This record gives sequence, C-alpha cells and structure tokens, in this order.
Amino acid sequence: MTRRIAYIASNTFREAVRDRVLYNLILFVLLLVGSAVLFGQISMEIERIVVINISLTSISIFGVVIAIFIGIQLVSKEIDKKTLYTVLARPVRRWEFIVGKFFGLVETLAVNTLFMALGFYAALFYVSNGLHKSDLNILLAIYFIVLQFVIITSLALLFSSFSTPIFSAIFAFALFVIGTFADDLKNFATLAQGATHWLITGVAYLLPNFGSLNVIGAVAHDQPVSLALFVHNSLYAVLYSCAAVCGAALIFERRNLK
Amino acid sequence: MPAIEILGFQKNYTVGFWRKKQRTALKPLSLNVENNEVFGFLGPNGAGKTTTIKLLTGLIFPSAGTAKILGMDWRDPKVKDVIGFLPEQPYFYDHLTAPELLEYYAGLSGVPASERKRRVAAMLERVKLSDVGKLQLRKFSKGMLQRVGIAQAILHDPQVVILDEPMSGLDPIGRREVRDLIQSLKDEGKTIFFSTHILADAESLCDRVAVIHKGELRGVGVVSELVTRAENANRTEVLWNGAATAIAAVEAAGAECKTHGQTAHAILPVARLDRVLEIIRNHSGQIISVTPLRATLEDYFIEQIGEKPQSAIEVSR
Repeated sequence: MTRRIAYIASNTFREAVRDRVLYNLILFVLLLVGSAVLFGQISMEIERIVVINISLTSISIFGVVIAIFIGIQLVSKEIDKKTLYTVLARPVRRWEFIVGKFFGLVETLAVNTLFMALGFYAALFYVSNGLHKSDLNILLAIYFIVLQFVIITSLALLFSSFSTPIFSAIFAFALFVIGTFADDLKNFATLAQGATHWLITGVAYLLPNFGSLNVIGAVAHDQPVSLALFVHNSLYAVLYSCAAVCGAALIFERRNLK
Repeated sequence: MPAIEILGFQKNYTVGFWRKKQRTALKPLSLNVENNEVFGFLGPNGAGKTTTIKLLTGLIFPSAGTAKILGMDWRDPKVKDVIGFLPEQPYFYDHLTAPELLEYYAGLSGVPASERKRRVAAMLERVKLSDVGKLQLRKFSKGMLQRVGIAQAILHDPQVVILDEPMSGLDPIGRREVRDLIQSLKDEGKTIFFSTHILADAESLCDRVAVIHKGELRGVGVVSELVTRAENANRTEVLWNGAATAIAAVEAAGAECKTHGQTAHAILPVARLDRVLEIIRNHSGQIISVTPLRATLEDYFIEQIGEKPQSAIEVSR
C-alpha cells in the first residue's frame, strides 16, 4: 500500500519537475524577489521589512497558483488522457491513487518553496549585509506557507474529483481568498444574533483558516511566533487536508471513468 | 472454470439536464471466455465493447450483473494481479521514457525490485523497442505507443490479457506484429480477450468470437461455425452465356440473377444447383463457371448488425 502510494507520488513529482510551466513560475518568483531588493533600496531604513513582505507574499501567492493550477488537473488530466486506466487496472486502489497524487504535489510544492526560499534568503543576505539569528524566525513563516499549500492542494484535489478543472480552480481560489479572511468572518459572527450567528460561526469554522497561517507581517517586524501557534497550525493543516483528501477519495471511489 | 465469466452485466447512464432520462449502453450481457482461448469481441463503433471492458476492469460500475475472473469476483483486488489491460488508443505519461514507464508499472504491479530491470529489458526486447533509449513517449509514433501499451499489459505476467482495439490505427506491419504477439501469448497458456472491428484479424486469430451491436449480444461461437450461419454460406455462383430466356426460369427456381451483356450471373443455394444447370442447358445456354461461395466472418458480422434485433445464439465449440 505505502509502496504504491510512494510510486504514484514520485511519478507526480517527476511529471511536475519535467513540466516547463513550473520553471517559468519559479523564474517569475525569483524575479520578484530580485525586484524586492530594488524596492528595498528605495525604502530608506525599512529595506529588510519590505524585502521580507514582498518576497514571502510572492512565494505564497505563486505557490498557491501552482497548487491550484496543478491540483485541479491531478485527476481530470489522468482521466482525459486515459493514463489512469492502466494504473487502476493494476492492484492500485482508487484511494491510494488520490493519496499518492496528493503527496506528489505536496512534495513538488515543498521543493519549489525550498528553491524560492533560497532565493529569498540570498536577497535578504544582500539587503541586510549578512544573516542574523532572528532571520531563523522567517523559516516559521515559510513553514506556515507550505501548510497553506498543503490545504489548498487538498481542496483542489477534492474539487477536481467531481468537477471540471475550470470550476475546481474557481472554487479553490475562492476558498483561498475567503479563508484568508476567516478570522474576520468569526468576528462578524460575534456581532450577529440567533440563527445567523450560528450559521456564520459554522461557515467560519468550516472554511479553511488561511489567516492564522499568515505570519509574514509578524516575522517582518521581528515579532516572535509562539510554539502554541506552531502546534495549532500544524495539527490544523494535517486534519483539514486529511478531511479534504478523504472526501476526494470517497467521491472518486464511486466515480465512473468515462 | 472459465477464465472470464460475465453474468448479466448491464450499464445505463443517466442523461439530460435533470439526469432523469436513462440511456442503455449495455443490455444484460452474459458471456464465458474459456481458459487459454483467444476471444474476439466484435462490434461497430459505439456497440458496447469498450463499456464491457471498462466494466470488467473496474473502471466503471455496472447498473446490474456481476462477473468472475479466474473464479474470483471481478471486484476482488486480487483480480488485478492476474489481468493485464490495454485501453483503446492508449496514452501514457509522455514525460517518461519507455523503460521509466514500464518500471513504474512494474512497481505498481508488485514486481520485485531485484527483477524489475531484467523484466523491463526483456519486455522492451519482446515488443521490439529495446533501441528507443532515452526517447520520451511524447516523441513515439502511434505504433510504438501501441507496443508500449502491450508491453505494460503483459509486464507482470498476467494470466488473462484484456486488449481494447489493439490493432486500431496500426499499419499492416504493426497489425501483423500485434497478431504475432497475441498468438505467442496464447502459446504461453494465457487467455486473451480483445475487442476489434477489424474482422480479418479476428478471423485469423480467434478461437471464438462474440458480436455485439447497440449494447446487445447478437451471437457468440467458433468462427468457422458462425460463418456457416451467414446467408452466403452454402451458396453457389453460376455464370453462363446466351439464352437470356433462361433467366425467368432460373429466378423461378430460387436464384438471384443479373445480366451483363451476353453474360448472365446467378447466385443460388447449393441444393438447387442441379435444377438450375438443367434449366440453362435446356435453354441452350453455355455455362462458363460454377463457383461455390465461401461465407466470411464479415458476412456473418454484417448480418448480425442489421437492424433486425435477434436473440443471441450460442454455437457449441
């Protein structure tokens, strides 16, 4: 079981790596990081804050774009091209296929983020004339960005298990935007009364909370990130993505492959 | 125990905006494929061949019915260990090379790592692709892709091989190679179930065939016996010169006649040959030739896919 999931994940990773679109996006992010250095130079005294903010936001946005762009195609492309047929005619369970694809894309995004983070640290080194111990804190922000990718990948996979790529992309991106403001939704719920209060609270908890995974502003201003938040976010991302992947697997188990 | 036993497989799809209408892709189908048999599943496009194969391989789910493969329920995960499958117009991960693709499939099929490289090399040799090196599949011709497809289907040494249109789109040499491969699989003791609409291939390869049309099984049996059921079986062609006056009498004797200038042409049942020859001689006609007509699988096929629905007739082996 684990072996088959690993083979599917490894093939998904290899496919993404050999896809030139991915390289273009990485190049684009590296250019953005480079331009952050430029912005930093014209921002007197706050070069470091500008570089961290622009670079990490770029890594986050482009990572999400890659996660959605590839995530929505993970299943539909395999069905359209019929590559899935020869995989499922082997001793591979449908849920193993879904889980393998998920891990393959998460692996791809993690490696991409690693390269983008290296570019970012190079820019930071240039702007700050070296790296400091407090810069290690930024790694936590990058880790939380990866957790965002994990959740958005699982959602893209969930939507692509029953919808068309276009609709899957719209749903996933809409959830990313709404989820970024999930804390605002919770605050709004406290102002509401009766059924509306419960409805909005329910929706706010059901939506992915990308807001708490965004600590870019805090690390840019050298504010510490608590261990409790680290544990909370890690568990949250694992549980939320597990639920979404399970949902995708359940839907896919019953799907007729036309 | 049959290698494949289909017991009333049926497939309906819901169509329309409200998904309330039902379209039947496959009417209840029951079929046995014996061990070590090459079984051809014939039918025009849209007949239900691919639907049946997708049901057997678990890619779609039946509306009714069940199946057994080598005595196991077709949904049993262990079935996947003993079947090999080539889909119609196969398309593989085109970022991979042929050895990479086969190693991937070998891994998924549970071929031990120690044996994988040797088995992949042997399989590439068998389908004559050992010289493709690091060429990615996106640069392969259709014939090469079909050979890769067959290689991946038999890579894990399955007992039952299911091929969906394996000769489709291949040139005569490619078709010959696939035919030879199917024959060699039979010689190794495997059961081969393949769909096709290339009747010459089915006629030369298959122990038995089934004809399906509009989701309904129209006939199943040994090729030579099915052919005798065709209208052209047991018929004779007679050509003669002169005596056009004989035509009316020959037609009255149960023959279909045509004339081309001085030459007349009649097709008739063998049983009436003596009577017709006598009529022609009595009218002073000069007989040019008497040729027994050989019915082909194509004749049988064309008759079966005629618009008249007929119940399937099983012809014993």
